[in-house]
Amino acid sequence: MADKDKSPEVPKELRAQVAISNFGDLIRGALDKPYNWGRRNSVWPMMFGLACCGIEMISTAASRYDFSRFGMEVMRPSPRQSDLMLVSGTVTKKMLPQIIRLYNQMPEPKYVVAMGACASGGGPFKEGYNVVAGIDKYIPVDVYISGCPPTPQALLHGLIKLQKLIDNQSLNRVPWYGEEPVEAIPVPVLGPDIMTPLDYKKIKKETKSKG
Amino acid sequence: MTEKTISPPTELEKRFPQGVTLDQREGYSGYLVDAQKLVEVATVLRDEMGYDYLSSVTGVDYIQDNLMEVVYHFYKSTGGSELTLNVQVSRENPVIPSLYHTFPSVDFQEREAWDLLGIKFDGHPDLRRILLWEGFAGHPLRKDWKEPFFNEDNKPFSNRWPEGNVFRVEDTNPYGKNVQYPDDLAQPEKWKPETEDLLYAGLLDFKAGEGKDFKTDYVVVNLGPQHPSTHGVFRMAVVLDGETIVALKPVVGYLHRNHEKIGERNTYLHNMPYTDRLDYLCSMTNNFGYAIAVEKLLGKKAVVPERAEYLRVIMSELTRISNHVWAIGFILNDLGAFFTPMLYAIEERELILDIFEATAGSRMMCNYFRFGGVSRDMPEDVFQKLKELVNERLPRKIDELDIYLTENEIIAERCEGVGILSPDDAITLGASGPLLRSSGVPYDIRRADPYGIYDRFDFDVAVRYHGDCYDRFIIRLDEVRQSLRILQQAVRDIPEGPVLTKNPYNIRVPEGEAYGRIESPKGELGYYLVSDGTANPYRYHIRAPSLINLTGLEKICIGQKIADVVVILGSIDIVLGECDR
Repeated sequence: MADKDKSPEVPKELRAQVAISNFGDLIRGALDKPYNWGRRNSVWPMMFGLACCGIEMISTAASRYDFSRFGMEVMRPSPRQSDLMLVSGTVTKKMLPQIIRLYNQMPEPKYVVAMGACASGGGPFKEGYNVVAGIDKYIPVDVYISGCPPTPQALLHGLIKLQKLIDNQSLNRVPWYGEEPVEAIPVPVLGPDIMTPLDYKKIKKETKSKG
Repeated sequence: MTEKTISPPTELEKRFPQGVTLDQREGYSGYLVDAQKLVEVATVLRDEMGYDYLSSVTGVDYIQDNLMEVVYHFYKSTGGSELTLNVQVSRENPVIPSLYHTFPSVDFQEREAWDLLGIKFDGHPDLRRILLWEGFAGHPLRKDWKEPFFNEDNKPFSNRWPEGNVFRVEDTNPYGKNVQYPDDLAQPEKWKPETEDLLYAGLLDFKAGEGKDFKTDYVVVNLGPQHPSTHGVFRMAVVLDGETIVALKPVVGYLHRNHEKIGERNTYLHNMPYTDRLDYLCSMTNNFGYAIAVEKLLGKKAVVPERAEYLRVIMSELTRISNHVWAIGFILNDLGAFFTPMLYAIEERELILDIFEATAGSRMMCNYFRFGGVSRDMPEDVFQKLKELVNERLPRKIDELDIYLTENEIIAERCEGVGILSPDDAITLGASGPLLRSSGVPYDIRRADPYGIYDRFDFDVAVRYHGDCYDRFIIRLDEVRQSLRILQQAVRDIPEGPVLTKNPYNIRVPEGEAYGRIESPKGELGYYLVSDGTANPYRYHIRAPSLINLTGLEKICIGQKIADVVVILGSIDIVLGECDR
């Protein structure tokens, strides 16, 4: 990054999107392929089952479907060592703070797969008072897998999609080599209902107008 | 099927001329008991009449009569049908004496009734919220409590059917999310969650290092909710003295998916696929329990054809086998034999799931049972596969598991004498299923209070007498062998014929209450239903064996080492979907 000072000025908010081509970028572009090849074939998922989908995840890890064929057999119980969070099941409000804390503890690069209907959008339990209607309301999701629960074949398909996503990433644009650190997601609080700090202003406005 | 015993009822009324009356409402068959008399009546039932097993406690909100009702289902641990007590109190100030000191099995169930319905149990030592968190606004199962995505009271919603003007319910919510806040919440950023303080206050209620030569500090350790050994999102707050456990409190509710609230908005048939997701390893037996409960309400209107009865038994027993091999695999996992024994177990389970998939259409969420039968017949080629499986492959494989595992020295060392539950404790703490039977109580609902056609089969109730982890592990192998016996008889005797007599979409359930229970692989799975004659159940409650088996967890664990807790939990075999519902 020695030639950083010579590059033309780019507005701060566009820096993640705009790449200025120079020699350093060329080298990094050539590195993309081996870099991604290494990462796509050693995705370590977090050993983290929430509900029914977790059982299908275990079945997929077992001998009949065997996702170690894709380099994913190393399931890590600790978020510090894992690359992939498979949100396998219904996310409840009581569990949400823990999930976000786990997500924040994962080192970059990290990916999230919303496995099944519940994690994608609430599924059959969407109307429930303790259910979060989709984990994507709180953390960014890379791949959604449909099904309730998705069959092991569907899960494998989703994981292959994730590998393709990794293939298309470029060292120039990935946020974890950006200039600023990736910000942690604020952990929600269990109040009268789940409250994320991002909503405080809105909550104040709404509760005032009601009262 | 259920034969009403005549003598205890009259006896009970004679014994308590004031305060106990036969319930006169149509479709109800229990006793109405005055709240002040409850503890006395329960003590007499336990000590003099033999009703020593309090299976289920739940509440019902009769908003039109302005009443809260608490319903108790008693059984004898020697077998027989139920005795129901209903206690009514006013809705404004619902206070009922707690049965905690008479029947400790009510611990979690009373907390649940407090949490979801706001019924106070006077004398309960630890009446905290259980499924939700302290500070949650309101008691959600009350009929006048509305969830954020509230649409209408009952399904089918008029904005969806018959016109189908569907709108997204989050578009009507100001936050675009499944949340709502009370009007008096002025400063959300100053909110302090209280739940942990109350939990630890209950735990740290003793002096550190008492009775020791040197003073040691106690350490509080939280296992879970994200922990590879807790089989899902279960949490235990443990107090340790060195490595020994001094106190333990289970914390549940991390998978509370509101089955009961959703179930009361659904129609009767709508609930069938939801029951699949309770104990997601055993969807078939969950279906069975719910079908039994609704058929009890329907009475003579639901006649199950002979072939369907056999298919029900076949599916339940296959489920039991697949659950037990899975549980055995997981106990080994917890012991440290990571995943290799699991692979053997999953291999057999997959073969059973193939049969489910070919018959019901889905591997795990089968949605197979209907009121008055099952949804579809088993194809001929699948039946041939099943025959081969239950007569040849599975018996061989179970023997193989037996050879590999039961004599294994490490299993014996880690399990024998660890986590002992005595038979008396097992009954009073409401344990059921393999947990109860491994403590030396031969209580199996298939024998004690037969449902379906279980009275036709020749099988033994598996029982073991030490009550330790080793017995809880080995009894699962015994049960699989008995299930195979039942299956072999069922595939031999199954007749031809229809599998469903009436259109399941068009049922009218008469008024009344019913408690249907079956022997699920985890234990006694009960469904308590109240019907007001409409298309939707007025009350839909699930007596989850996984939750109630945990009542005894603290008792089993105290004095054990922290490493053994993992094995003890694995040997109890819980599923969080059912535990938290």
